[in-house]
Amino acid sequence: MGVKLLLEKANVPGIRTYDVYRREGGYATAEKALKEMTIESIVEEVKKSGLRGRGGAGFPAGMKWSFIAKPEGVPRHLVCNADESEPGTFKDRYLMEFLPHLLLEGLLISSFALGSNDTYIYIRGEYAWVADILEEAIVEATKNGWLGKNILGTGFDCMIHVHRGAGAYICGEETALIESLEGKRGNPRIKPPFPAIQGLWMRPTVVNNVETLAAVVPIIKMGGDEYAKIGVGRSTGTKLISACGNINKPGVYEIDMTISVEDFIYSDEYCGGIANGKKLKACIPGGSSVPILPANLLLKTAKGETRYMNYESLSDGGFATGSMMGSGGFIILDEDQCIVKNTLTLARFYRHESCGQCSPCREGTGWMEKILQKIESGKGEVSDIDLLWDIQRKIEGNTICPLGDAAAWPVAAAIRHFRDEFEWHIHNRELSQTSNFGLQHYADPIHVPA
Amino acid sequence: MSLQFNNEQMTEFKRLVARYPEGKQKSALLPVLHLAQDSFGGWLTTEAMDYVSVLLNIEPIEVYEVATFYSMYNLKPVGKFVFEVCQTGPCMISGSENIITYIQQQLGIKPGETTQDGIFTLKLVECLGACGYAPMMQVGKIYREHLTKEKVDAIIAEYRMQVAAKN
Repeated sequence: MGVKLLLEKANVPGIRTYDVYRREGGYATAEKALKEMTIESIVEEVKKSGLRGRGGAGFPAGMKWSFIAKPEGVPRHLVCNADESEPGTFKDRYLMEFLPHLLLEGLLISSFALGSNDTYIYIRGEYAWVADILEEAIVEATKNGWLGKNILGTGFDCMIHVHRGAGAYICGEETALIESLEGKRGNPRIKPPFPAIQGLWMRPTVVNNVETLAAVVPIIKMGGDEYAKIGVGRSTGTKLISACGNINKPGVYEIDMTISVEDFIYSDEYCGGIANGKKLKACIPGGSSVPILPANLLLKTAKGETRYMNYESLSDGGFATGSMMGSGGFIILDEDQCIVKNTLTLARFYRHESCGQCSPCREGTGWMEKILQKIESGKGEVSDIDLLWDIQRKIEGNTICPLGDAAAWPVAAAIRHFRDEFEWHIHNRELSQTSNFGLQHYADPIHVPA
Repeated sequence: MSLQFNNEQMTEFKRLVARYPEGKQKSALLPVLHLAQDSFGGWLTTEAMDYVSVLLNIEPIEVYEVATFYSMYNLKPVGKFVFEVCQTGPCMISGSENIITYIQQQLGIKPGETTQDGIFTLKLVECLGACGYAPMMQVGKIYREHLTKEKVDAIIAEYRMQVAAKN
């Protein structure tokens, strides 16, 4: 069993309620932070922990906190990004649904460190029942003196508000999220100014992911140095992985980032192997926008070394032969899956979710979807593959926000690693409508679980 | 204006607006539109949107542009129960297509349509964050996960019973 810092108590009956959470030692860390620590020392511990943003970008959280401007007389805000919408990702939902008070405790400590008296949880609109769970937890925490005025007699006031979105992937981008929180369309802002200087209502704002803010609790509890000892290199602490697709045990797992990808997929403690006795074909290891990898490049790097479930190892080889940790949305595809079709559903997703502000993304995502639809339905031509490649290249890096990149990367990686499957579709128009390309050489040497 | 929140809805409206600082009441727009949609028959008429703009003291266009941007707001009538079935990658590789076809057969409608009795609407949606519990659909506030044909049958029967019990 690996180290568990976030989900350690997830199976305690009733842990969702304040009484049980408190009895299990909850809020003791918040008490320590508010009563015994200074703002500077909390930020210092988070910096020392090496905690990297768990939403997808992996930016050091302590450093992000240290950028917040502190102009005299201007309120500051902490915003918790609970707009979890990256296909393959459902870890924040699990955390909020089962351990709402852990998130609130992390929010309280972080709000204190950042000087936020009004903190917002921006939760995706579809998680309506999770929003209800959070609201209930806020009522309980307020009743017990952990939120409200003059918390624990320290003079610090803090209220946490739940704000439901209404269905828009783009609002996971922090400036789109802020626009949405202001009651507008989720159009990302041009940066600079960064939210740390001018964010919500043009006030200094820090936006952090749910898991990032929950991780503040174990960091303050054990100290940043101790936290940093878990994991490896710059991948410190634990990470939640939401595993899905063709595996025996889909679900949310907490890993300490020293486990190999192979063990994660095949061990009974985690994914439990590929479902229905099938073979592994490919994997999107960090949410739909990160590059898809064929089995042979997933389990071992291009250099033939074992690949591990951490930031550095998953990205080993760059985009040529590696991928990314991303949000931790781990999608497994078995031998029966069609890469063209999978890429098409993702292209459709990004076309649907493009906010329409930048031409390369607005036009490019729809164009890519159309071409992929054409190939998938047996009407493709070889030149379509080159056209797809050209379009994705012209979207990447040419948009205000990273959605453009997120839409381009899955298409690029699918062509990079599975070009012959695309060509097979084009050359076998009729056959491709009734059967799949299959495993072919993508899993060479084919993995045989022990 | 004929359309109005009742007392209970108005209390909820005030609770939502109170979350934001003085003068920033526009921030409550998304939550208030959810409230309006739930209060006024499951979709947003122009009248409902205009009413929200008056309540929040903003221009009607500020409401329209938001209502048309977010996928959860319905801009035309829907059935009592809206089946929002996820069709994105992880659900697709877990068999969502079969489920979508089956629902269409059972209800006799295509995506975007409502049954003649006004009970069911079928909508295809993009990733709802339930990839590990695929295939799935959202119905109102609830997620229906690990869908099979048998489960779909049971769900349809359950909602039909609910409607019959009310009549």
